[in-house]
Amino acid sequence: MIAKKHVFSIAILAACVLGLVLSASAAEKLKVGFVYISPIGDAGWTYQHNLGRLALEKNLGDKVETKYIEKVPEGPEAERVIRNLAKSGYDLIFTTSFGYMNPTLKVAKMFPRKYFEHCTGYKTAKNVGTYMCRYYQGRYLAGIIAGKMTKSNTLGYVAAFPIPEVIRGINAYTLGARSVNPAIKVKVIWVNSWFDPGKEREASEALIAQGADVITHHTDSTAPVLTAEEKGVYAIAYHSDMSKYGPKAQLTAVTHNYGKFYTKVAQSVLDHTWKPEAVWSGIKEGSIKLTPINPVVPKGVVALVEKTTKGIADGTFKPFHGPIKNQNGKLIVAAGKSLTDKDLLGMNYYVEGVQGSIPK
Amino acid sequence: MDVAIVLKILIAAVAAGTPFVYAALGELVAEKSGVLNLGVEGMMLVGAITGFIAMAKTGSLLLAVASGMTAGMLMAAIFGVLTLTLMANQVASGLALTIFGIGLSAFLGLNYTSIALPGIPELPIPLLSDIPVLGKLFFSYDILVYGSLALFLLVSWFLYKTRAGLILRGIGETPKSAHALGYNVIRIRYLAVLFGGAMAGLGGVYLSVAYTPVWVEGMVAGRGWVSLALVVFATWRPLRVLFGAYLFGAITIAQFHVQGLGIDIPSQLLSMLPYLATILVLVVISRDLTAIRLNSPASLGITYHPENQ
Repeated sequence: MIAKKHVFSIAILAACVLGLVLSASAAEKLKVGFVYISPIGDAGWTYQHNLGRLALEKNLGDKVETKYIEKVPEGPEAERVIRNLAKSGYDLIFTTSFGYMNPTLKVAKMFPRKYFEHCTGYKTAKNVGTYMCRYYQGRYLAGIIAGKMTKSNTLGYVAAFPIPEVIRGINAYTLGARSVNPAIKVKVIWVNSWFDPGKEREASEALIAQGADVITHHTDSTAPVLTAEEKGVYAIAYHSDMSKYGPKAQLTAVTHNYGKFYTKVAQSVLDHTWKPEAVWSGIKEGSIKLTPINPVVPKGVVALVEKTTKGIADGTFKPFHGPIKNQNGKLIVAAGKSLTDKDLLGMNYYVEGVQGSIPK
Repeated sequence: MDVAIVLKILIAAVAAGTPFVYAALGELVAEKSGVLNLGVEGMMLVGAITGFIAMAKTGSLLLAVASGMTAGMLMAAIFGVLTLTLMANQVASGLALTIFGIGLSAFLGLNYTSIALPGIPELPIPLLSDIPVLGKLFFSYDILVYGSLALFLLVSWFLYKTRAGLILRGIGETPKSAHALGYNVIRIRYLAVLFGGAMAGLGGVYLSVAYTPVWVEGMVAGRGWVSLALVVFATWRPLRVLFGAYLFGAITIAQFHVQGLGIDIPSQLLSMLPYLATILVLVVISRDLTAIRLNSPASLGITYHPENQ
């Protein structure tokens, strides 16, 4: 009887030691998990996040080990995937879609000693930080190029959903274009989907038929650039360089880059200096970049874009700087003032030059 | 709105309506023989991905079309075995076929997401396409659009001008009588179902190879269901199928133009219209019994057991 008891306690002791050894070896290497909304593919939102993951691996070498899970639908399934990552020893988890917000927070509560970073969300917690990019800065620059390249003074914009994020991009693009050409009109078509090549194509065709000669999009597929190439008009790509889909059409692409950010966060976890922050980074931090501008764009325009880029980077220039009028011609930002981050985050109106109304 | 924009909407509507033409004409033939196959969406998806893979690997449109049609036919063959040989319920089997097709196409397409194909060129018909306005509207499409028109002529001629078409329609009305006259009901229904599958597959190929030349999971996006509704909307007449397909196509396209022109109609309302129209037609024809008797196949959806007769 006693012998049996001994065997039992030895077994428990052994299990504990084994557990300690295992957790010690896990602590040596930081395990970083990524949750993606769509397949990686070769362009688009998830592709950019995956480039960031690869950069993290390259920068920190064998100090980190990464893993990604792609095509995770938002909702209960996301919670299960995030929980499994946390349970299987991942210490830092990046969740890269807006709809992962509540699942991330829920799982974070269950695993208070793991770190979570949620992209595009607005809720932080003790062990949850958020991050996103100031896409609007890139949009403003792209607007300058579009404003200089259009002949019909009509720009087309294929948009996904009427949320502040997308509206901000439309407005920044319009302001950029009108800063060089006040006659510009921007037509917007909402396709009510982040990723639907069929609809994106139909919307692009409709815009081109209505006179738009530069097309841009705030959706995920390459269809708008493909359509522009086919119809012989220009396009400004979003997320990734899509020049292989539209070598003639693509003037530039507004891209977001996470390599630096992912490296910094992982390093702070390794150094035990991680803090929950709401990071909103842009051109200054290297998160937003334009891809090399198409040689058809005149040198003077490229120089203007470079100058504005520098201004945005050193803080001397702000895209949402007054005077700005809304769609009905009412002054909403007085000369000399600019919108605060809070204003930008809640933006729900069009600026002057955008046609149509925001769907309710 | 000026003429140029209306013309562009019409041209785009023809392209948007073409997948409906293929799938709905195929389904029409199957239904005329008395078999209701609700698996159109699944067959289109499997056709779309197989055609896409063939196009991506070989660059040959002919191979893409052939493999898409074959894939659609294989899917239809599964349905045929279930409903015609094993006498399973047609509605349940059709739904199962759609669900199977959604999964299978996603699986086959795993390595093909976000690859873009160059698309296929438009083939303006020389001389005719130079006619102002009408030339562009009628004679400047890609070959698959012309193919769908040829299919329409073929199906109309076959159903109403040939002996084989008469037999097929007869089987759809009273399989018992056809059986008594010595026709092999099951074999002819198999052929009709396989034809329906091939055409659904071809409709899928048009979507993934010509219309939006990329593969996206679930890219058929309900067009299979619209095609099924279209057959009812058209009260089983090929010409009305053609008309309905372009009408539904025009509505899809119009919702984007309306937004671009800044007209304040919710786009959701417009995307609802094809289905509303179908329900309306269903209500109207169900009030007029002669119209139903004249056009809808009497034995539609009813399993036929030759040995029991």
